[in-house]
Amino acid sequence: MSSTLPRWIDVGVMPLLNILAAFIVSGIIIAMIGENPFTALGVMLKGAFVYKGALGYTLFYTTNFIFTGLAVAVAFHATLFNIGGEGQAMMGGLGIGLLVLALDAVLPAFLLILLAIPVSALMGAAWGAVPGYLQAKRGSHVVITTIMFNFIASSIMVWLLAGTLMQPGQMAPETRDFAEGVGLLKFHEIAAMLGIKVARSPLNLSFVIALAAAFGVWVLIWRTRLGYVIRATGHSEKAAIYAGHSPQRIIIITMAISGGLAGMMALNEILGVQHKLILDFTSGFGFTGIAVALMGRNHPVGIIFASLLFGALYQGGAELDFEFKTITREMVLMIQGLIILFSGALVYMFNPMVERLYHRVFTPQKGTA
Amino acid sequence: MTKTTQHNARGGTPPPAIALSGISKTFGAVRANDDIALTVTPGHIHGIVGENGAGKSTLVSILYGFYQADSGDIAINGQKVQIKSTADAIKLGIGMVHQHFMLVPTFTVLENIILGHEHRKGGKSLDDEIALARQELSNLAQQYGLEVDFDALVADLSVGLQQRVEILKTLYRGANILILDEPTGVLTPQETDQLFEILATLRQQGVTVLLITHKLREIMAITDDVSVMRGGKMVAHLTTAKTSPEELAELMVGRQVLINADFHDAEKGEVCLVADNITLTGDGGIPLLRGISFDLRAGEILGVAGVSGNGQTELLEVLSGITPPTSGEINIGGQVIGAHQPATPNDVKNLGLAHVPEDRHAMGMVLPFSAAESAVLGYERQAALGDSIWFGPDLLQNHCAELMQDYDIRPADPALKCNLFSGGNQQKLVLAREMSAAPKILLVGQPTRGVDIGAIEFIYQRLIAMRDQGCAILLVSVELDEILTLSDRVMVMNNGASMGIVDKKDADAQSIGLMMAGVV
Repeated sequence: MSSTLPRWIDVGVMPLLNILAAFIVSGIIIAMIGENPFTALGVMLKGAFVYKGALGYTLFYTTNFIFTGLAVAVAFHATLFNIGGEGQAMMGGLGIGLLVLALDAVLPAFLLILLAIPVSALMGAAWGAVPGYLQAKRGSHVVITTIMFNFIASSIMVWLLAGTLMQPGQMAPETRDFAEGVGLLKFHEIAAMLGIKVARSPLNLSFVIALAAAFGVWVLIWRTRLGYVIRATGHSEKAAIYAGHSPQRIIIITMAISGGLAGMMALNEILGVQHKLILDFTSGFGFTGIAVALMGRNHPVGIIFASLLFGALYQGGAELDFEFKTITREMVLMIQGLIILFSGALVYMFNPMVERLYHRVFTPQKGTA
Repeated sequence: MTKTTQHNARGGTPPPAIALSGISKTFGAVRANDDIALTVTPGHIHGIVGENGAGKSTLVSILYGFYQADSGDIAINGQKVQIKSTADAIKLGIGMVHQHFMLVPTFTVLENIILGHEHRKGGKSLDDEIALARQELSNLAQQYGLEVDFDALVADLSVGLQQRVEILKTLYRGANILILDEPTGVLTPQETDQLFEILATLRQQGVTVLLITHKLREIMAITDDVSVMRGGKMVAHLTTAKTSPEELAELMVGRQVLINADFHDAEKGEVCLVADNITLTGDGGIPLLRGISFDLRAGEILGVAGVSGNGQTELLEVLSGITPPTSGEINIGGQVIGAHQPATPNDVKNLGLAHVPEDRHAMGMVLPFSAAESAVLGYERQAALGDSIWFGPDLLQNHCAELMQDYDIRPADPALKCNLFSGGNQQKLVLAREMSAAPKILLVGQPTRGVDIGAIEFIYQRLIAMRDQGCAILLVSVELDEILTLSDRVMVMNNGASMGIVDKKDADAQSIGLMMAGVV
């Protein structure tokens, strides 16, 4: 997949082209069921950015996508395909839940929150490192094992939340609420403290942590020795061995970092909003992270933009469902599916065409050696 | 099964089984095949020898329809043909056994053979078809001496038997021209002998065999005719009985324009590295190195000559710590490395050893990396490049810019990706990286492969300068002239063993060629 296109086309134009294709197909389908696609698009944009609190919701979902997208991207730099974002995020949530439920009577909220951040990352890291170990030492492919680990994580959650951790005297599979104050501050609360009135939304400090994580990933991959070795291993295992590194070790470390990032997604959902451990809080964000990473070309900046798009779709899509009788929740899922299809599975579909066009318009200055 | 070729030649000689003329094929800037002509007599075993990269595989790929030639003609049994796909080739009676087998390991032998031809016999069901095929196959197996258990799973068969299945598969599809691409690379010596018996039987039955190899012993042992390829060109057509391994070795390696290297004798220093009886056994028990011993002194260049694929690659990997030896010891300045005292490439590097690998694309550099990034590959732990964690791009760029100036690497742009440099400049970058580490011992593999003349001269001068500064250099090259030009002593390898070490004054192309061929 070596592209002969300049970077600005590869990173800038191609993703836009893919999104455009997805919107055109979605538009045709919406037209087919008798609605005006442009009105629908308008509703969606307003739902994502304009309505009261809409932007907060959009950025709240964006936060989830940044974490899971980064997780996929880090693994991808070592040519590992981490499909286990769901399971790793669940485990991150479980870590937070166990920590807080065990200690919220003893420790102050502030300290618990500070502890919850590394705990979520460590639990996710462990859940990523095991498939990494199995690939490195046993040759079991991470694609298979991470999928299996999603199921295992899901089963553990059901077992615990319908059993030991379930709130006594309740029927719902969830824990008791965390103690008062154990939760990340929301933006509208911060704004209120500063005397600014902002619409309520679930957007919380996790968003800042996600942006910091994106910066951290950029530093790791392009500014540290470890990142250098991860990339070398990803491009050429032989070269890594020649340089005196153990690809096995790098695979395990990379999967741990990847899992840790996915695990931190739980900060947003559990510590940011729910303030208790619930089932299925990951609701597919782990999987969508793959599309986010692909669309963001595995670069943190690209991932932030791709996350924003998916966040807007998630939130704006809900609005579509709300405003149109004919457009159901399933319809919205389908539009999201089309975006994933065009920017994920078919991400290189337009490349040959654009490449030909580009070379016809701009004569290349030097031949490729 | 027997087809037209053998008994119908009442008057005159039969047309050649294969006649190629003017075949050319270009990949990007590489001329893989350049105006190739080839005539193969029916019922003969015809060998094609040449170094790796000489264009042998491209040629047979054209014949088997994987690639299409840019120009040139192909005639099969006297008929001019167009081979646009492998299906065309099979229709023309051409069969090919690949270097890597194309078998389904979880299928039985019989299932593998009829795969893709399940309806040939017109049986009503697959069971019918299998029964019909079994009958025909047992006849074929008997006729050609290719006995194999049809109901065994392919995964359970030895490599030699799997190859037999491949041959049987081509015959079942009606092949009377059989192409074998490096068939013995994966075989033990015993299996090789069995293969040769099978080939002799095939010849007896009138099958034409085209044998692609770089091993001279095999050519001498089994072929009737031999063609030699070098650098994409056909350089000679010979009758095997009238040639010798020495002549073939010389033709394969070729005579180069003598390059001014300004070689002079120099004082040798202390012994820096001792290799004591190193052996290495590959997958499936194939011996790759057989008891290699030598010592390497400061201030000398020890050349390792040999036709490629005779253990030189493995020797470099063992010495540089990439692969631990199966037995034997390496002593580097008092530090012993062996099967029970393994060392990583990093440990070996810390003992003052640097390694310019043979394969600069996969190993020596990371092609999608910038020049600056590849310029520190293997040295990324060094303190000069930043503190223990950080890895400053400015430091990398400055470091690379210095190397580029010292070694005249063009274009002198540290941010340019490695795959955009020419072969010569890529090689200079790898050499610059390894030499600038001021090693006590330098391993160099194929320093001038794919490198232009100007860069070759530069590289030779640098190697000699390193030696004069007291560096011990082990130079592995398939270019015999390069070895003879640069080496103080020459070790010759054949089939994983050292054929002896010769001093510069006693080393000439004739005697080294004999040793390369495994004669002496």
